[in-house]
Amino acid sequence: MKSLVQATIAIIVVCSLLFFATNRLESAGSKGSKDTLTVYNWGEYIDPDLLDQFTEETGIKVIYETFDSNEAMMTKVQQGGSAYDVAVPSEYMVQKMMEEDLLIPLDHSKIPNLKNIDPYFLDLAFDPKNKYSIPYFWGTVGIVFNPNLIEEHLTFTTWEDLWDSSLKDKVFLVDGAREVMGMGLNSIGESLNAKDEDLLRKATDKLVTLTPNVKAIIGDEITPLMINNEAAVALTWSGQAQDMMWENEDLDFAVPEEGSNLWFDNFVIPKTAANIDGAHAFINFMLDAEVSAQNNDYVGYSTPNKAAMELMDPEVINDERFYPTEEVREHLEVYENLGPEWLGKYNEYFIKFKMSLN
Amino acid sequence: MTRQRGALFPYIIWIALFVIAPIALVVYYSMLDLSGNFTLANYKSFFTPVYLKMTLTSFWYAFLITLFTLIIAYPTAYLLTKTKHKQLWLMLIIIPSWINLLLKTYAFIGIFGLYGPINAFIEIFGLEPKQILFTDFSFIFVSVYIFIPFMIIPIFNSLDKLNPTLIYAARDLGASGFTTFRRVIFPLTIDGVKSGIQVTFIPALSLFMITRLIAGNQVITLGTAIEQQFLVSQNWGMGSTIAVFLILSMVLIMFLTGQKKGGRVR
Amino acid sequence: MKKLSLPSKLYLIIVFLVLYAPIFYLIFYSFNSGESMNNFESFTLEHYKAVFDDTRLIVILINTVIVALLSGLIATIIGTLGAIGIVSIKDKKMRNVLLSLNNVLIVSPDVVIGASFLILFTMIGVKLGFASVVVSHVAFSIPIVVLMVLPKLLEMNTSLIDAAKDLGASKRDVLTRVILPYIQPGIFAGFFLALTYSLDDFAVTFFVTGNGFSTLSVEIYSMARTGITLTINAISGLVFLVTVLVVIGYYFFNNRAKRIQEGVQR
Repeated sequence: MKSLVQATIAIIVVCSLLFFATNRLESAGSKGSKDTLTVYNWGEYIDPDLLDQFTEETGIKVIYETFDSNEAMMTKVQQGGSAYDVAVPSEYMVQKMMEEDLLIPLDHSKIPNLKNIDPYFLDLAFDPKNKYSIPYFWGTVGIVFNPNLIEEHLTFTTWEDLWDSSLKDKVFLVDGAREVMGMGLNSIGESLNAKDEDLLRKATDKLVTLTPNVKAIIGDEITPLMINNEAAVALTWSGQAQDMMWENEDLDFAVPEEGSNLWFDNFVIPKTAANIDGAHAFINFMLDAEVSAQNNDYVGYSTPNKAAMELMDPEVINDERFYPTEEVREHLEVYENLGPEWLGKYNEYFIKFKMSLN
Repeated sequence: MTRQRGALFPYIIWIALFVIAPIALVVYYSMLDLSGNFTLANYKSFFTPVYLKMTLTSFWYAFLITLFTLIIAYPTAYLLTKTKHKQLWLMLIIIPSWINLLLKTYAFIGIFGLYGPINAFIEIFGLEPKQILFTDFSFIFVSVYIFIPFMIIPIFNSLDKLNPTLIYAARDLGASGFTTFRRVIFPLTIDGVKSGIQVTFIPALSLFMITRLIAGNQVITLGTAIEQQFLVSQNWGMGSTIAVFLILSMVLIMFLTGQKKGGRVR
Repeated sequence: MKKLSLPSKLYLIIVFLVLYAPIFYLIFYSFNSGESMNNFESFTLEHYKAVFDDTRLIVILINTVIVALLSGLIATIIGTLGAIGIVSIKDKKMRNVLLSLNNVLIVSPDVVIGASFLILFTMIGVKLGFASVVVSHVAFSIPIVVLMVLPKLLEMNTSLIDAAKDLGASKRDVLTRVILPYIQPGIFAGFFLALTYSLDDFAVTFFVTGNGFSTLSVEIYSMARTGITLTINAISGLVFLVTVLVVIGYYFFNNRAKRIQEGVQR
């Protein structure tokens, strides 16, 4: 009994001490400023030095919160209970959040740096006139491969290369219904936004014939596997491919010609915002050419910021694998919001495909 | 005993707020379709080959995981009670479980990798490096790794207070080591073992992260399916339906393995 | 006491090696001058320096520890009282119902728990943040405490309690002097495993947190897309080292204190 009481007291004392410590740390960090801004973003998806720079310039303290999936983020915004001033969803989620009335329209007069964005990336179908969103980073879905581990004739300029019999047990797929089903649809020459049961069935049949080649369907863990030369071929997002290629120079990336996905991560101001002026100031700050160039250096994904590109290493921006020419871009499609019913169907077919693996 | 009934009070409040209320929510959501209308369609789609197969897979793997965990944990717990600083060693069994699981999983990806330490070790014996990841073996291995402390602790606790005179008595009466174990030690630790099995088998039914990271989706459990329904298709209705079945099967297991005897502490 | 035989020792050594392998792997790479847990380039301490430079990360770490300790403590108290209450129920059906309800949160995938708690909290109008996270962690840790305390209670010899009562002990005395000391190992086990649950949880915390409050797990999971930095390895290495030192230090300090006490009594 005595040791139980002792342990209880010890825990309470330790907790109080730690409480005191965090309070000290937090008040030392904020330097007395009361104006705060909560940014809701993916982890490690911004240069933290820029957050400090923003605070120095505006006096607004940035609270950086993170999420690991668009859907989870949307649930949080929908339920409320916490203030998020700026969030960074992908384009299909922007559309969904618009439909659910979860976004606040942007006041373009407060974001003069919008002029820095390449007009090609503005006024897109998912958000006409950029009423609610501004692109942050963009990319494609393609195949990252290790030429040392596969036969030479495979260059993945076509999806058909994935089905090559020499790739038995060598292909890794990303665990995403839209990505894999989209690949299936593209490979039979259809749109990755198809809303047709027949086509989905055909795409699934086609995917099932790929199963002998599929080693695993995984998520972000593909990065270490590719870097370690453990995986030969993987279907993944261009951003992750860039991360991998930074660490393993042997790797190469290709977007098959039949078409693929073009994605965007975008700044939005969710309905939960408490500091709307601050949110605009933050977005404008991030669009500044120098800031954006510095951020790009840290994150390494493709930027839509034309002014920033002029400040960046030409070797980076001339890499056609990650800054594809307009001609190539024409074959790329942005995901449309399929609506819950069709999204459910995509998912069902994807599960069926997954279950056929073993 | 009135005072002990009073002890239940905060516990009952917890059950009402954080068990009954969420169950009610889950059941409610399970009867909604995607546009929020009342329907039983989700239940109908659960009874399709895809989900039934998934249920079987979940049970089969949960069973295997529990079995191997028990096989490894029981001797460990037994030997630990024989060590000099047994409480310290027991603590050292728990400590690894305080390091973030995702990090440890990434470490396992490295360890099991083609160029990882295990394959380097294999190569010393002149064997070809093997792909260990994305196999049943790696999946069960890592799952057992996760549950080992949960199994060892209750078994250790019931072994620890075992009266040694009982064992001596059995030995004196001529029982072999194995008979002593089977007839004396094991029956006396059965409550600890049961508790260990419960805290392994029940969560193993709904494992999800490991199925993707270590098994590469070669194994799909009900937990994975629920996670997908909630976070990918945002079909909370279907996700809740699967959750309802998961809870029902757990209740069934509880009643099948439940204590037959009445209360002991009166 | 018999000394452990060589095979027994070997067995324990292997179990411990496996349990600690991923942690040593993580710590090894925390000294890597490269950017990830691949290709060890050269030795560096820069990631450790980065930990101390990053106030945000340190605040998050401290928050994580506070949430774990506090929720573990509260869950242990409620869970222990609950377990005592459960065994005092004579109706075995009622008992099984309570135990099934107890296990609902163990079998439910984190996403379901997280989403339903989020709905509950926003319905009641609780401000999301520290309090909602602690309450949720208490909620999902209670069942593990109950399952750890229960076997000890069931093993307890009722004659002990009867004897105490015959000697004129009040109900309160029976609880504090007979029951609690006997089930103490179960209580500690429950507390330590509650810490495991709390430290490891990502999904529930993610859903119920807000207003700038974050824990280490949430940080780590959300880094997965762009790659987990080695700063996280370094911070885990530090946490691990501190924990081991505290546990060993406390153990030997406690042992010595006990011996001195016994010496005085003699």
